Amino acid sequence: MSDLDALETFRQEVREFLEAECPATMRGPADPTGTMNWGGRKREFFQPEEDGERWMQTMAERGWTVPTWPKEYGGGGLDTAHARVLAQEMARIQAKPPLTNLGITMLGPTLLEYGNEEQKQEHLRAIVEGRIRWCQGYSEPGAGSDLASLQTRCEDEGDHFRINGQKIWTTYADKSDWIFCLVRTDPDSPKHEGISFVLIDMDQPGVTTTPIKLISGSSPFCQTFFEDARAEKKDLVGPLNGGWTIAKRLLQFERMSIGGMDSARTRGPRRATLAELAKQQFGEQDGRLAEPGLRDEIAAFDIADHAMRSTMRRAADEARSGGEVGTASSIFKYLATENNKRRQEIRVEILGMQGLGWEGEGFEAEHLQTTRDWLRSKANSIEGGTSEVQLNIIAKRVLGLPD
Amino acid sequence: MALVWTEEQQMLREISRTFLDEHAPVDELRRIRDEVDPDGFSRPLWKAMAELGWAGIPFSEEHGGAGLGYTELGVVMRECGRTLAATPLVGSVLLGGTAVALAGNETQRKEILTPLCSGERLLTAAIQENAHHQPTHVATSARRDGNDWVLSGTKDFVIDGHVADQLVVVARVSGDIDDRDGLGLFLVDGDAGQLSRHRRSMTDGRNVAQIVLDDVRVPEAAALGEPGRGADWLDATLDRATAGLCAEMLGGIEAVFDRTLAYLKVREQFGVPIGSFQALKHRAAKMFIELELSKTVVLEALQALDANADDAPRLVSIAKATLGDAAQRISDEGVQMHGGIGVTDEEDVGLFLKRCRVQQRTFGDTRYQRDRVASLNGF
Repeated sequence: MSDLDALETFRQEVREFLEAECPATMRGPADPTGTMNWGGRKREFFQPEEDGERWMQTMAERGWTVPTWPKEYGGGGLDTAHARVLAQEMARIQAKPPLTNLGITMLGPTLLEYGNEEQKQEHLRAIVEGRIRWCQGYSEPGAGSDLASLQTRCEDEGDHFRINGQKIWTTYADKSDWIFCLVRTDPDSPKHEGISFVLIDMDQPGVTTTPIKLISGSSPFCQTFFEDARAEKKDLVGPLNGGWTIAKRLLQFERMSIGGMDSARTRGPRRATLAELAKQQFGEQDGRLAEPGLRDEIAAFDIADHAMRSTMRRAADEARSGGEVGTASSIFKYLATENNKRRQEIRVEILGMQGLGWEGEGFEAEHLQTTRDWLRSKANSIEGGTSEVQLNIIAKRVLGLPD
Repeated sequence: MALVWTEEQQMLREISRTFLDEHAPVDELRRIRDEVDPDGFSRPLWKAMAELGWAGIPFSEEHGGAGLGYTELGVVMRECGRTLAATPLVGSVLLGGTAVALAGNETQRKEILTPLCSGERLLTAAIQENAHHQPTHVATSARRDGNDWVLSGTKDFVIDGHVADQLVVVARVSGDIDDRDGLGLFLVDGDAGQLSRHRRSMTDGRNVAQIVLDDVRVPEAAALGEPGRGADWLDATLDRATAGLCAEMLGGIEAVFDRTLAYLKVREQFGVPIGSFQALKHRAAKMFIELELSKTVVLEALQALDANADDAPRLVSIAKATLGDAAQRISDEGVQMHGGIGVTDEEDVGLFLKRCRVQQRTFGDTRYQRDRVASLNGF
């Protein structure tokens, strides 16, 4: 059987499986409020919850919550071609994502490269099955773009580590079970050389979290405090004081997931395009948007957006013929977040005062969401490394400009 | 189709680069310019290029071409852009040859493309009538007289129009000045009676011509395609020529970027390389990003044209708009980052800036392309 035939056979199997197993309530556009199948001990699922959980478990049994991870750790063991077929068939019936988790996009790929066998066995399977929800402990109040200046202390207590300090921008820490954390294990070495990467169970008295309210009104981020918290020795990933390399690798995975996401298109029902929205507001003249300045601005955005998407496709095609994935992630993180900000800015501009409503009567739900999305997008070019940090990385790593 | 250059295309690139580095480095353009060469390009060099097959890359083998595509022609254009090689590729091959290959009948193709591919005959297309690219803004008229056509009007900024052996003249057989309907494409000899041409030297050292047609008489067989329905052929020709020009622009901005990046690493001020300053690093990174986007959209447009894809016109305009913006930024930054030496004639970067600006205006600037993208996207 040729490769193509094998893929078609697989496609038929997937199609039949999804038809039979994906609950009707788990099809259709995702909830615009950002509800997801997060799983975890605190059990957050799409509504109705029984269906959400069943959908996650059905997919997890096949490893299809994380289709490309190796089978030995609970993943689906699919190559990229088969994984693409699965994604296409899920998109065809508008199946909701069976599981969303920072463990899938960030920690898992990092553990696959740097974790020991015991760590992979313990943590990867728990991610695939949606048992543990992960959050990220990187930034601190005094360590943002200068991440390596982080101060959270981690001391050797013989059979375990003792952690003291504070993390910030820990996404959904209040709803998460474990945190992957950068900590200082050697305060006397140069700053990059005294950092370790540890995994910490948050279900203990020494760990507390408080949410941070954003300008968009939502609170996806938290502060997380460690007061004599405990981490097990077995949960140190990589060598002691060797955490910075691992930290950077994880950031590449994070940037790829931010660069690949597109909140306006993947979340919620299909929105009107900028051009459609502008036509609704300003009308047409001889088949053209009646507001020529806006027409030029939208066309310029469409061109930039197209060029970015095609460049992502080119990078993927080049990677298939043996290119590097690392440098591209900085370009796409920068472009995707800057373009999204630009898109949201044009969207609220088109809507005029209607685009700046906050709550109450007289506003359409879609327009209120536009306001929130616009404000949320301002964080895009800050989280996961600011745009300025991305430009620094390109200048140093890609262009070889001196320090 | 994968958005990557094939191995054969990469080989063609290597061969082209080696040839151009040896025979047409940037100093060759300076020589042609300073000696006020009557042709504005080197005839012996063009002969050598034709021997390599460059004059017939996208045309069929039965007409003397290589039977390849515009993607392969783009590979050569890109390398020509790197060294600012002055060649008749844009006027003769991308414009004139393409118009004949697309709109001509079998007799015309055979008769014209064969000497064109061997480099013996030079073509161009006379489209524009003022300083701006508006392909249907045609006042030049083609009037029927017996079995002949009689052409009257003034064409301007005709690429290499001062030396072309034949011109594809866009003229109106009916309708009003901006109508799409009523355009015709006519082959006119460069030395035809009642035709006068005036060379105009542009800032990039290249040449265009004003062409005055004062009742120029051509036979019925001079019409390319059906007179009156020429707009579609004209668009198709311009899309291919524009994509080819974009490839040349890509080579140019790559050269500027390479030179500028190298300069940032060696030029020292305040005791350190200027490339260590964040004010310059971030701008260099932005240039790099625009260059990466440019590489993508050029290849995408060329591939779409060779595949006869429905959205090729949109992709061509996306490419030209993207390259226009990138050329503006990279050529400006290239000069600025070179400091004083950047504005001297001795340094190459200023020559690239001049070529960039002419390319940006040719076949429609960024504003024109955005307008076209908006129309093609339905708004």
